[in-house]
Amino acid sequence: MKFAVLVFPGSNCDIDCYKAVEETLGEPVDYVWHTATDLSAYDCILVPGGFSYGDYLRCGAISRFAPVMAEVAKAAEEGKYVLGICNGFQILTEAGLLPGTLRRNESLKFRCHDTELRVENNDNPFTSLYAPGDVITIPIAHGEGNYYCDEATLEQLKRNNQIIFRYVQNPNGSVDDIAGISNERGNVVGMMPHPERAVSSLLGSEDGKKMFTSILKAWRDRHESASVR
Amino acid sequence: MMKASVYVTIKQSVLDPQGVAVQGALHSMGFREVDSVRIGKYMELTLDTNDRFEAEARVKAMCEKLLANTVVEDYRFELED
Repeated sequence: MKFAVLVFPGSNCDIDCYKAVEETLGEPVDYVWHTATDLSAYDCILVPGGFSYGDYLRCGAISRFAPVMAEVAKAAEEGKYVLGICNGFQILTEAGLLPGTLRRNESLKFRCHDTELRVENNDNPFTSLYAPGDVITIPIAHGEGNYYCDEATLEQLKRNNQIIFRYVQNPNGSVDDIAGISNERGNVVGMMPHPERAVSSLLGSEDGKKMFTSILKAWRDRHESASVR
Repeated sequence: MMKASVYVTIKQSVLDPQGVAVQGALHSMGFREVDSVRIGKYMELTLDTNDRFEAEARVKAMCEKLLANTVVEDYRFELED
Protein backbone atom coordinates (compact mmCIF):
# COMPACT_ATOMS: atom_id res chain seq x y z
CA MET A 1 0.00 0.00 0.00
CA LYS A 2 1.38 3.39 -0.97
CA PHE A 3 0.95 6.55 1.10
CA ALA A 4 1.35 10.19 0.10
CA VAL A 5 1.95 12.93 2.66
CA LEU A 6 1.12 16.30 1.10
CA VAL A 7 3.41 19.20 1.86
CA PHE A 8 2.24 22.82 1.59
CA PRO A 9 4.34 25.86 2.41
CA GLY A 10 3.81 26.03 6.16
CA SER A 11 2.95 22.36 6.80
CA ASN A 12 4.68 21.25 10.00
CA CYS A 13 3.27 17.81 10.81
CA ASP A 14 4.33 16.24 7.52
CA ILE A 15 7.39 14.54 9.06
CA ASP A 16 5.29 13.15 11.93
CA CYS A 17 2.80 11.69 9.41
CA TYR A 18 5.61 10.22 7.32
CA LYS A 19 7.27 8.65 10.36
CA ALA A 20 3.97 7.30 11.68
CA VAL A 21 3.41 5.42 8.41
CA GLU A 22 7.02 4.32 8.18
CA GLU A 23 7.31 3.07 11.74
CA THR A 24 3.78 1.82 12.37
CA LEU A 25 3.20 0.12 9.04
CA GLY A 26 6.52 -0.09 7.21
CA GLU A 27 4.66 0.63 3.97
CA PRO A 28 6.09 2.91 1.26
CA VAL A 29 5.41 6.61 1.81
CA ASP A 30 6.39 9.75 -0.12
CA TYR A 31 6.28 13.45 0.55
CA VAL A 32 4.28 15.07 -2.25
CA TRP A 33 4.68 18.83 -2.88
CA HIS A 34 1.54 20.96 -3.24
CA THR A 35 2.28 21.61 -6.91
CA ALA A 36 1.98 17.91 -7.86
CA THR A 37 -0.59 17.13 -10.52
CA ASP A 38 -0.69 13.34 -10.32
CA LEU A 39 -1.54 11.22 -7.29
CA SER A 40 -2.49 8.11 -9.23
CA ALA A 41 0.36 6.09 -7.68
CA TYR A 42 -1.05 6.43 -4.15
CA ASP A 43 -3.69 4.48 -2.23
CA CYS A 44 -3.96 6.82 0.75
CA ILE A 45 -3.41 10.56 0.95
CA LEU A 46 -2.54 12.21 4.25
CA VAL A 47 -3.13 15.94 4.49
CA PRO A 48 -0.99 16.98 7.47
CA GLY A 49 -1.28 19.67 10.09
CA GLY A 50 0.51 22.99 10.20
CA PHE A 51 -0.14 26.54 9.10
CA SER A 52 -0.27 26.26 5.33
CA TYR A 53 0.10 29.70 3.71
CA GLY A 54 0.40 31.16 7.21
CA ASP A 55 -3.34 30.58 7.78
CA TYR A 56 -3.80 33.81 5.77
CA LEU A 57 -7.42 34.82 5.13
CA ARG A 58 -8.77 31.63 6.78
CA CYS A 59 -7.10 28.34 7.73
CA GLY A 60 -6.92 26.22 4.58
CA ALA A 61 -8.56 28.83 2.34
CA ILE A 62 -5.56 29.32 0.09
CA SER A 63 -4.19 25.77 0.18
CA ARG A 64 -7.45 24.43 -1.12
CA PHE A 65 -6.62 26.00 -4.50
CA ALA A 66 -3.15 24.39 -4.70
CA PRO A 67 -2.78 22.24 -7.83
CA VAL A 68 -2.57 19.03 -5.81
CA MET A 69 -6.04 19.59 -4.35
CA ALA A 70 -7.75 18.83 -7.66
CA GLU A 71 -5.97 15.47 -7.51
CA VAL A 72 -7.10 14.92 -3.92
CA ALA A 73 -10.71 15.50 -5.04
CA LYS A 74 -10.17 13.00 -7.84
CA ALA A 75 -8.69 10.42 -5.45
CA ALA A 76 -11.64 10.89 -3.06
CA GLU A 77 -14.03 10.43 -5.97
CA GLU A 78 -12.26 7.20 -6.91
CA GLY A 79 -12.82 5.88 -3.38
CA LYS A 80 -9.20 6.18 -2.27
CA TYR A 81 -8.53 6.93 1.39
CA VAL A 82 -7.97 10.54 2.39
CA LEU A 83 -7.17 11.64 5.96
CA GLY A 84 -6.90 15.31 6.90
CA ILE A 85 -5.43 16.06 10.31
CA CYS A 86 -5.73 19.49 11.98
CA ASN A 87 -4.83 21.99 9.22
CA GLY A 88 -5.47 19.08 6.83
CA PHE A 89 -9.04 18.87 8.16
CA GLN A 90 -9.43 22.63 7.67
CA ILE A 91 -8.20 22.30 4.08
CA LEU A 92 -10.63 19.46 3.32
CA THR A 93 -13.60 21.48 4.62
CA GLU A 94 -12.52 24.55 2.63
CA ALA A 95 -12.23 22.30 -0.43
CA GLY A 96 -15.79 21.06 0.12
CA LEU A 97 -14.63 17.45 0.51
CA LEU A 98 -16.04 17.48 4.05
CA PRO A 99 -19.03 19.47 5.33
CA GLY A 100 -18.85 22.37 7.82
CA THR A 101 -15.90 24.51 8.86
CA LEU A 102 -13.54 25.14 11.77
CA ARG A 103 -13.88 28.37 13.75
CA ARG A 104 -11.69 30.05 16.37
CA ASN A 105 -11.69 28.12 19.63
CA GLU A 106 -14.38 29.38 21.95
CA SER A 107 -11.70 30.23 24.54
CA LEU A 108 -9.70 32.14 21.86
CA LYS A 109 -6.69 30.19 23.15
CA PHE A 110 -4.38 27.87 21.26
CA ARG A 111 -5.02 24.54 22.98
CA CYS A 112 -2.12 22.09 23.03
CA HIS A 113 -2.66 19.04 25.24
CA ASP A 114 -3.93 15.45 25.33
CA THR A 115 -7.64 14.88 24.82
CA GLU A 116 -9.81 11.85 25.30
CA LEU A 117 -11.81 10.88 22.23
CA ARG A 118 -14.72 8.50 22.04
CA VAL A 119 -14.78 6.30 18.94
CA GLU A 120 -18.33 6.88 17.69
CA ASN A 121 -18.11 4.91 14.47
CA ASN A 122 -15.79 2.01 13.82
CA ASP A 123 -17.55 1.06 10.60
CA ASN A 124 -15.00 3.15 8.73
CA PRO A 125 -11.73 2.27 7.00
CA PHE A 126 -9.78 4.48 9.43
CA THR A 127 -11.27 3.13 12.67
CA SER A 128 -12.25 -0.50 12.09
CA LEU A 129 -9.73 -1.88 14.62
CA TYR A 130 -11.17 0.19 17.47
CA ALA A 131 -14.28 -0.95 19.30
CA PRO A 132 -17.26 1.41 19.26
CA GLY A 133 -17.22 3.47 22.43
CA ASP A 134 -13.46 3.04 22.94
CA VAL A 135 -11.95 6.06 24.68
CA ILE A 136 -8.51 6.91 23.29
CA THR A 137 -5.93 9.54 24.21
CA ILE A 138 -4.83 11.71 21.29
CA PRO A 139 -3.25 15.18 21.52
CA ILE A 140 -4.68 18.36 20.04
CA ALA A 141 -2.74 21.48 19.04
CA HIS A 142 -4.91 24.15 17.46
CA GLY A 143 -6.34 27.64 17.76
CA GLU A 144 -9.07 27.07 15.19
CA GLY A 145 -10.60 23.68 15.86
CA ASN A 146 -14.11 24.68 16.82
CA TYR A 147 -16.16 22.59 14.39
CA TYR A 148 -19.30 24.22 13.04
CA CYS A 149 -22.07 23.11 10.73
CA ASP A 150 -25.71 24.14 10.54
CA GLU A 151 -28.44 22.01 12.11
CA ALA A 152 -29.54 20.36 8.88
CA THR A 153 -25.95 19.26 8.19
CA LEU A 154 -25.56 18.00 11.76
CA GLU A 155 -28.70 15.88 11.37
CA GLN A 156 -27.27 14.49 8.15
CA LEU A 157 -23.94 13.68 9.83
CA LYS A 158 -25.79 11.81 12.57
CA ARG A 159 -28.12 10.00 10.21
CA ASN A 160 -25.28 8.76 8.00
CA ASN A 161 -22.97 7.86 10.91
CA GLN A 162 -20.42 10.42 9.71
CA ILE A 163 -19.35 11.44 13.21
CA ILE A 164 -16.21 9.37 13.78
CA PHE A 165 -14.84 10.85 17.03
CA ARG A 166 -16.30 12.99 19.79
CA TYR A 167 -14.37 14.72 22.58
CA VAL A 168 -15.13 13.35 26.04
CA GLN A 169 -14.50 16.92 27.28
CA ASN A 170 -15.01 19.51 24.60
CA PRO A 171 -11.82 21.64 24.43
CA ASN A 172 -12.84 24.18 21.78
CA GLY A 173 -16.61 24.64 21.56
CA SER A 174 -17.20 22.26 18.65
CA VAL A 175 -20.83 21.59 17.76
CA ASP A 176 -22.00 18.33 19.38
CA ASP A 177 -18.45 17.70 20.75
CA ILE A 178 -17.32 16.70 17.26
CA ALA A 179 -13.60 15.89 16.92
CA GLY A 180 -13.64 14.08 13.58
CA ILE A 181 -16.03 13.35 10.72
CA SER A 182 -16.15 11.50 7.43
CA ASN A 183 -17.78 12.19 4.10
CA GLU A 184 -20.94 10.28 3.25
CA ARG A 185 -19.03 7.47 1.61
CA GLY A 186 -16.63 7.12 4.55
CA ASN A 187 -13.37 7.24 2.58
CA VAL A 188 -12.52 10.85 3.47
CA VAL A 189 -11.95 11.59 7.16
CA GLY A 190 -10.99 14.86 8.86
CA MET A 191 -10.09 15.33 12.50
CA MET A 192 -8.50 18.04 14.65
CA PRO A 193 -6.59 15.70 17.05
CA HIS A 194 -3.26 14.28 15.91
CA PRO A 195 -3.15 10.46 15.74
CA GLU A 196 0.31 10.66 14.13
CA ARG A 197 1.62 12.13 17.39
CA ALA A 198 0.25 9.15 19.35
CA VAL A 199 1.96 6.13 17.82
CA SER A 200 4.42 5.22 20.59
CA SER A 201 4.29 5.09 24.38
CA LEU A 202 7.44 7.23 24.24
CA LEU A 203 5.25 10.01 22.83
CA GLY A 204 2.76 9.63 25.68
CA SER A 205 0.21 7.49 23.86
CA GLU A 206 0.04 4.86 21.20
CA ASP A 207 -3.72 5.04 20.81
CA GLY A 208 -3.39 6.59 17.35
CA LYS A 209 -1.63 3.54 15.90
CA LYS A 210 -4.87 1.72 15.14
CA MET A 211 -5.91 4.45 12.70
CA PHE A 212 -2.93 3.56 10.56
CA THR A 213 -3.28 -0.22 10.98
CA SER A 214 -7.04 0.07 10.27
CA ILE A 215 -6.41 1.78 6.97
CA LEU A 216 -3.86 -0.84 5.92
CA LYS A 217 -6.34 -3.57 6.84
CA ALA A 218 -9.09 -1.85 4.82
CA TRP A 219 -6.81 -1.63 1.81
CA ARG A 220 -5.71 -5.27 2.15
CA ASP A 221 -9.29 -6.51 2.56
CA ARG A 222 -10.32 -4.65 -0.56
CA HIS A 223 -7.21 -5.63 -2.50
CA GLU A 224 -7.37 -9.31 -1.57
CA SER A 225 -11.09 -9.66 -2.18
CA ALA A 226 -10.51 -8.11 -5.60
CA SER A 227 -7.84 -10.67 -6.48
CA VAL A 228 -9.78 -13.72 -5.22
CA ARG A 229 -12.03 -15.26 -7.87
CA MET B 1 -9.28 51.46 -12.29
CA MET B 2 -11.90 50.75 -9.68
CA LYS B 3 -11.68 50.12 -5.99
CA ALA B 4 -13.69 47.39 -4.27
CA SER B 5 -14.13 47.50 -0.51
CA VAL B 6 -15.10 44.06 0.74
CA TYR B 7 -16.52 43.42 4.22
CA VAL B 8 -16.64 39.86 5.53
CA THR B 9 -18.51 39.24 8.77
CA ILE B 10 -19.50 36.20 10.80
CA LYS B 11 -23.15 35.24 10.28
CA GLN B 12 -25.57 36.43 12.95
CA SER B 13 -26.52 32.82 13.73
CA VAL B 14 -22.88 31.89 14.47
CA LEU B 15 -21.13 32.72 17.75
CA ASP B 16 -18.22 35.16 17.35
CA PRO B 17 -15.92 34.43 20.31
CA GLN B 18 -13.63 37.39 19.51
CA GLY B 19 -16.61 39.74 19.46
CA VAL B 20 -17.82 38.39 22.80
CA ALA B 21 -14.35 38.89 24.33
CA VAL B 22 -14.11 42.47 23.04
CA GLN B 23 -17.62 43.22 24.31
CA GLY B 24 -16.54 41.93 27.75
CA ALA B 25 -13.49 44.20 27.67
CA LEU B 26 -15.59 47.24 26.70
CA HIS B 27 -18.03 46.48 29.52
CA SER B 28 -15.23 46.22 32.06
CA MET B 29 -13.98 49.64 30.86
CA GLY B 30 -17.39 51.11 31.59
CA PHE B 31 -18.87 51.16 28.08
CA ARG B 32 -22.02 49.52 29.36
CA GLU B 33 -24.12 50.54 26.38
CA VAL B 34 -22.36 48.05 24.09
CA ASP B 35 -24.99 45.45 23.36
CA SER B 36 -22.91 43.31 21.03
CA VAL B 37 -19.67 43.31 19.05
CA ARG B 38 -19.09 41.42 15.81
CA ILE B 39 -15.59 41.26 14.39
CA GLY B 40 -15.03 40.94 10.68
CA LYS B 41 -12.53 41.57 7.93
CA TYR B 42 -12.11 44.51 5.61
CA MET B 43 -10.33 44.11 2.29
CA GLU B 44 -9.44 46.68 -0.38
CA LEU B 45 -9.09 45.44 -3.93
CA THR B 46 -7.87 47.57 -6.81
CA LEU B 47 -9.38 46.33 -10.06
CA ASP B 48 -8.00 46.92 -13.51
CA THR B 49 -11.37 47.65 -15.09
CA ASN B 50 -13.83 50.49 -15.58
CA ASP B 51 -16.79 48.29 -16.24
CA ARG B 52 -18.89 48.48 -13.09
CA PHE B 53 -21.30 45.77 -14.18
CA GLU B 54 -18.50 43.32 -14.88
CA ALA B 55 -16.61 44.28 -11.72
CA GLU B 56 -19.68 43.57 -9.64
CA ALA B 57 -20.03 40.04 -11.03
CA ARG B 58 -16.30 39.35 -10.68
CA VAL B 59 -16.03 40.57 -7.08
CA LYS B 60 -19.10 38.53 -6.17
CA ALA B 61 -17.39 35.45 -7.63
CA MET B 62 -14.20 36.25 -5.67
CA CYS B 63 -16.21 36.48 -2.45
CA GLU B 64 -18.05 33.22 -3.09
CA LYS B 65 -14.93 31.30 -4.09
CA LEU B 66 -12.27 32.62 -1.76
CA LEU B 67 -12.77 35.80 0.24
CA ALA B 68 -15.64 34.52 2.41
CA ASN B 69 -16.53 31.06 3.67
CA THR B 70 -20.28 31.20 3.23
CA VAL B 71 -20.80 28.35 5.71
CA VAL B 72 -20.15 30.84 8.53
CA GLU B 73 -19.56 34.24 6.92
CA ASP B 74 -21.58 36.89 5.11
CA TYR B 75 -20.04 39.41 2.76
CA ARG B 76 -20.90 42.72 1.15
CA PHE B 77 -18.89 45.09 -0.99
CA GLU B 78 -18.85 48.59 -2.42
CA LEU B 79 -17.35 49.70 -5.74
CA GLU B 80 -15.79 53.12 -6.33
CA ASP B 81 -14.39 54.61 -9.51
